[in-house]
Order: sequence, then structure tokens, then C-alpha cells
Amino acid sequence: MLAYATRRVLATIPVILIVALFVFSLLYIAPGDPAAIIAGDQATPDDVERIRASLGLDRPFVIRFVDWLWSVLQGDLGNSIFTNLPVSHMIQQRIEPTLSLMALTLTLSLSFAIPMGVIAAWKHGTWIDRLVMMTAVFGFSTPVFVIGYLLAFVFALKLDWLPVQGFTSISHGLLPFLRNLILPAVALGLVYMALIARITRATMLDVLSQDYVRTAKAKGVGQRGILFLHALKNAAVPIVTIVGIGFAALIGGAVVTESVFAIPGLGRLTVDAILRRDYPVIQGVVLLFSCVYVVVNLIVDLLYTLFDPRIRY
Amino acid sequence: MIDRRGFLKGSAGLAGAGAIAGAGAVGLATPSLAQGADNKVLRFVPQANLANLDPIWGTQYVVRNGSLMIWDILYGVNDKLEPQPQMVEAHEVSPDFKTWTFRLRPGLKFHDNEPVLAKDAVASINRWMARDATMGLPIKRRLDALEVVDDRTFRFRLNQPYPKMLFALGKSSTPCLFIMPERIAATDPFKQITEIVGSGPMRFRKDEWVPGSRAAFERFAGYVPRVEKASWLAGGKRMMLDRVEWHILPDAATASAALQSGEVDWWETPVPDLVPLLRKTSGIAVDIADPLGNIGSLRLNHLHPPFNDVRARRAVQLAVNQSDYMQAVVGDDPGLWKEVPGYFTPDTPLYTEVGGEPLKGPRNYELAKKLLAESGYKGEPIVLLVATDLAVIKAQGDVTADALKRIGMNVEYAALDWGTVGQRRAKKEPPAQGGWNIFHTWHAGADCVNPAPYIALDASGDTAWFGWPKSDLVQERIQAWYGAPDLAAEKQAIAALNQAAMEHVVYVPTGFFKGYQAWRKTLTGVVKAPFPIFWDVSKS
Repeated sequence: MLAYATRRVLATIPVILIVALFVFSLLYIAPGDPAAIIAGDQATPDDVERIRASLGLDRPFVIRFVDWLWSVLQGDLGNSIFTNLPVSHMIQQRIEPTLSLMALTLTLSLSFAIPMGVIAAWKHGTWIDRLVMMTAVFGFSTPVFVIGYLLAFVFALKLDWLPVQGFTSISHGLLPFLRNLILPAVALGLVYMALIARITRATMLDVLSQDYVRTAKAKGVGQRGILFLHALKNAAVPIVTIVGIGFAALIGGAVVTESVFAIPGLGRLTVDAILRRDYPVIQGVVLLFSCVYVVVNLIVDLLYTLFDPRIRY
Repeated sequence: MIDRRGFLKGSAGLAGAGAIAGAGAVGLATPSLAQGADNKVLRFVPQANLANLDPIWGTQYVVRNGSLMIWDILYGVNDKLEPQPQMVEAHEVSPDFKTWTFRLRPGLKFHDNEPVLAKDAVASINRWMARDATMGLPIKRRLDALEVVDDRTFRFRLNQPYPKMLFALGKSSTPCLFIMPERIAATDPFKQITEIVGSGPMRFRKDEWVPGSRAAFERFAGYVPRVEKASWLAGGKRMMLDRVEWHILPDAATASAALQSGEVDWWETPVPDLVPLLRKTSGIAVDIADPLGNIGSLRLNHLHPPFNDVRARRAVQLAVNQSDYMQAVVGDDPGLWKEVPGYFTPDTPLYTEVGGEPLKGPRNYELAKKLLAESGYKGEPIVLLVATDLAVIKAQGDVTADALKRIGMNVEYAALDWGTVGQRRAKKEPPAQGGWNIFHTWHAGADCVNPAPYIALDASGDTAWFGWPKSDLVQERIQAWYGAPDLAAEKQAIAALNQAAMEHVVYVPTGFFKGYQAWRKTLTGVVKAPFPIFWDVSKS
């Protein structure tokens, strides 16, 4: 297991390097010019050229890439073209809201989606099953921003229970933290919840038709024991897989959610950076997201062996 | 199919219905950020993200607006567009307008408590002149010396007269001349400053700055306002607030909801779609933000066919129906727009319609087609760059595509983002090789009050603004304005300039439009101006 984990960690290094090269190349090829944005509408073409030179954007691709990679290896992601702040500082400023949002979304989604999927499978063909599936279809089909606006309208403007926007760090207390984050987490989590609930239901239906479940019933094991001890554990591998895959969707959804609820997170930082062609910030954030995604997938792989000891690497 | 913009309008409408029905039931949600002595803290939603704070290096208006609190200026324009002394106590000018001597007010202090000296002003002027193409560079070209006379006095010695000096030093269009400490102003004008130290009424809290989310300014106790009543950038800048927080809310529906719930106090640029809702919400005031408004622009590339021929440019001019453009840009609110058959800002002293006939009355598509044929146009693709991420530009682009098709042009609609348009419009190559024929933008009315800050009207060819129009007649008439001794002569020069520019079709104005601002009625002292003014604003 340890050897496997080590091999997998080492294997992530070339993946991240390829991602880095890909991101850098993409930005190089993509049109757009931060110098033109900085210079503004009143600037002359000469001004734009001078700004481009001062930012080092006139240097050849290979030199820029090697310089950047060398700095990254030394832990320096560079400075933002626009704010002149270190990218690592900007990420540090933004990481807590995004991590908080994702953690709360994940917690809410798993807490509701897995029991919903299990119950739907257990009550297969009944109105409960249909209700769960309808909820899942609604979650799938409704864009995050629609849910976000509706929640804000009802709970912030109409009922005045929660704020419309913003973020409060957990260091200021759990309640203020949750007051700000609960609506975004629900908005973002609905699609994730739908995804997990559907997979849980489908997998549980398959598992519940297996011989060993019939044997367990014959031995007099209670319904709860069958569902949550025997069946769910055997259904865990596809569920864990979809949780891992869905993480990418969560990152994408966070961009929209952070805009709708004005959460100062990494999603908004990424969008702002892309619109302004703030290359060092885009590179830093995408690299970070890639690393997180690679790590999540590593964790998923390792969890397989926990849920199913027959899996060997 | 549901899209985000459509839903935004619908959900805001829902919110509005709820707000109206609730009439007061919609109370104040607890602000999530910076709770404190609430009537001394103003929460403001600016027009855009404050991504940097070097008003010389970056020329975005949002940077200028933040900078106006931090840095003081030598002269400031009042609401009559007259430059008034601000940091300057007095000035002397030689009869030939070649020697200008300025004395600073006593007691001026930077935020680090160092005195403001003439050497700081000289260093700041040098940095500004290097970046201000409209007024700074012309002064630099005339400059024999810019020298410190004593701690409070400095002097320009010019080799040609420059009668518009006060207007240049007090210009409100970007880049403005802000006075920084000498050590900061010594920074290469093409590199960003790293220290934010001004002598204005508010100091910047860099430690609280989260670009893209929040910026904070605190009252500077060492600031000594002038005794005169404040008027725009002139007069006494008395801060009634201890703290101004800028909350960057890029989503219009969120900003609207935050204003309704009392989480923010003032929204600089509410989108026209949401204004009816805000008007109906109790506790919120809505009014025109900038009386000088904006002039929409259809910019033609004069270097390449067909628009290197004036007949093709006139054909487009004849096809432009300004009311179509303006309704696409700001909707059907008649208080927000008007047709402008000229290049200068309506309701300002130099406004003229002389030569504006091609933009007046019903459109003449047949004549436009005839002119186009005479120009030799044979259906080549017309590359129209449209920044789809900016609503004002997207709307203009769509109307232009339709107008060009009506006169038989083959439109290649390039849907891009503004960052890409910014890069591509600088290309002088032919359209088929990555260049362009037309792009859209808009010019702040404050920049179009006379030719000095009006870079878009420059027709000097290679050194002109994007599109590179070249007309000796237009240039002569711009120079005639510079030499005009009084208002009557200025008006005469501007009328002739407007006519020449219209005939040459330097660019095609697509109309004049304004925007709204909205604030909670707990605020008093909010004024109409081309920039948000925080002095004299108080909160109950």
C-alpha cells in the first residue's frame, strides 16, 4: 500500500508538469494582451509596446516558460501583472473561502445524497423513489446561478434570515461563517447531490439483487444492517469514483457560485485573471487546481482498497 | 432556453416584487464584512475591480476614482469644468504663456507625515508627462525646463506658448496629474509603483486590500481642506466619513440585492435593466451619475480598403441610426440618451452641431450604397471586432452588423472579449491578415469637452489613435482651438473642427448616453459627477 501510494505520488509529478506546459502554451497561443488593458483607451500603440516590454511579454516563449518553471520549483509563482502582488499571496487571500465552500458543499451533499440514494433503492418503484429521482433531475437540470438567485431572494431578501453576499472567516465564529456560506453551499451542492444520489441508487439496486444480500436476509439481518453495513459498503467504489470525478464539476461550479454570492475565492480570482490576461495568476491558480484534482484522484484510488480489500495494485 | 442575463432580470424582478410588497419588511441583513461604527463607514460598489493603484501606470477610470481619495491634485475641475487651484496657492504666467510659476499651499502633508514640497510636484509632473499622450506629452515637447524654485515653488519654462496649462494640470480624464512623494514619483512611468502614499483626504489600507473583492480607505487626519465649498474636484474636500469600503460585486443582481438589503450603501453603475426595480424600492434613491455622460464610437480603420476611401466612411456614417444604437445600449428610458450629431459633449460650452447633417434625419441607405459603389467596394469581408463581454460594445456591434448589411456590406462579425479586441485593434496589418475594419468603444463625455483630452479626434495619421485617421485640415483646426484667446474664438474653432472631422469621418459617433447611480437614502451629499465624490457625503 505504501509503495503504491509512493508510486502514485511520484507519478503525479510528470502529470503536473504536462499540465503546466499545457497551461503556459494555451496562454501563449490565446489572443489578448494585458499591456493593452493596462494602458487603457487613451494610450498610444507605443505606450502599449513599452508596457509589454516592461512586463517581459516580448520575450520568446521558451525563455518565459523556463523562467516561470524555475521560479515555481523554487516556490515562487511570480507577481500578478495587474496588482503587482505575489500570486502566492493572492492565492493565500482567496483559498479559505473556496476551501470552506467546497468542504461545506461536500459535507452537505454526502450527508443528504447517500441516504437519499439508499432509500430510493430500498423503496424502488414507490413514490419515495420517484420523489428522490425527481429531485435529482431538478438538481441536474437547474443552473447553479438560478438556484443561487432564488435562494438569495427567498432567504435574504424575502425572509431576511441570511445575508445576500460576502464571506466571513470561521475564525469569527461558526454561526457567522455558516450564515454567509449556507446558501452558496446549497446552490453549488444541488447538482453534486443529484449526481451522487443517482449513482448511489443505481449501485444499491444492483447490490441489493446479489445472492449475499438474500442470504443476509435469510439469516435474519435487519433492514438497516443490510442496507448500511452490507450493501452500502459494496456499493462504495462507484460512489467514491463519482465523488472524485464530480470534484472537477465542483471547482467549475465554484466560479459561478462565488460570483453570484460575491465570495472572494479562487474561482473569482481565476475569472478576473482570465478576463485581464493576468498570466502569472492564471498559471498559478490552474496549477493549484490541477494539483488538488490529482490529489483527490489519488485519495479516491487509495479509498478503493479500503472499501474493497480484493483490489490490489 | 434560459440564460444567465435573462434570469438575472427575472429574478431581480421577483426580488423587486417582494421588496415592494414587503415595503419595509425587507430589513437589514447583517453585513458580512466590517461591522463597526456604521454611520461613519460607507460601503460602496464601484464600477469595476480595483486591480491596481497606480493612476499613471494604469489608466482605468476605477483606478482614477480610487486615486482621487488618496492623492491630491494641483488643480481640480469644478462642475463648470473650470480648473480651480487645489494644492496650488497661486500661480503666475508670463504674457506669452511660456513661463508658468506655481506656489504650493502651506501645510500640505503626505500620509507618512512628510511635507509636500515642490520637488515632489516636479517629479510627479515628469512621470505624468511621460504617460499622458493628450496633454502631458505636448507640454513635454514644449519644455525647456521644469525647475524647483524653492520648497513651495516650481516653474515651467516652455519654448512655445501653452495657454491651456491649468486645464492640463487639472484634467480629470485619465491619467490625471496626482502628486506623489518624489521617491515614488521617480518610478519608471511604465512600471507600477509599490508604495501607496498620497496627500489626499483618505489613506489607502493596503493591508486590507483583496483585489477583486475589497478595498478600504481611512480618513487622513493630517489633511487640510481648502476653505472654499467643494465642487467636483475643486474646493474643500471635507470627509464626513471615517472609512470608505469598496466592495467589488461583479454580478449586477447581487449588487442590486445587496443595496436593497442594506449590505451596501451606494452602487456606482446599476445596469439599466434593474433601475426600475430600484426606483420602486423604498429607501433607495436613483439619479443620473455623470451629467457629462458618454459618446458611443464606431471606429473605422483608415489604413485599408474600403475605409481608406472617404466615400466608404461616409456610407457608414449615413447608415448609422443613433436612436437604434442608443436604445440597444441603454434601453427605452428617454432620460438616458440623445442623438448627438457632433463630436463634442452635449450641454457643455463648446458643443456644436455644425457639420453634423449626415447624422441627422432619416437614414439614406440608397445614397450610402451609391457611395460605397463609388469607393470601389466589391463585397470584401468587413471585419467587425465586437467585445461581447461589455454590454455597451456588444449592443453597438449588433446594430452595426445590421446597418452594414442594409447597405450591402459583407460583415465578418468577430465575437471576442475586450482583452482580445484591445490587442487586435493595435494591428495595422490588413483585415485578412489579422487586422480589422471596425471596432466599437465609447468615450467619457469628460474627455470630449474640448480637443485637449480628446485623443479619439486626433487625425495625425500614424501617431493618431487606433484607426489612424489622417487629415491635415482636422489637425489645423485642433491647433486653431489651442490658439483661441477667448470662449467666442474657441467656439468658432470648435465649429470648424467639428465640420472638418465630420467630413473626413474621423470616427462615427453612435449617440450620447448616460448612466445611473443608486444609493440608500441614509446617505446625503451624493452628487452628479463624472467620478464618485466621497467628500461631503455623510450617512445617518
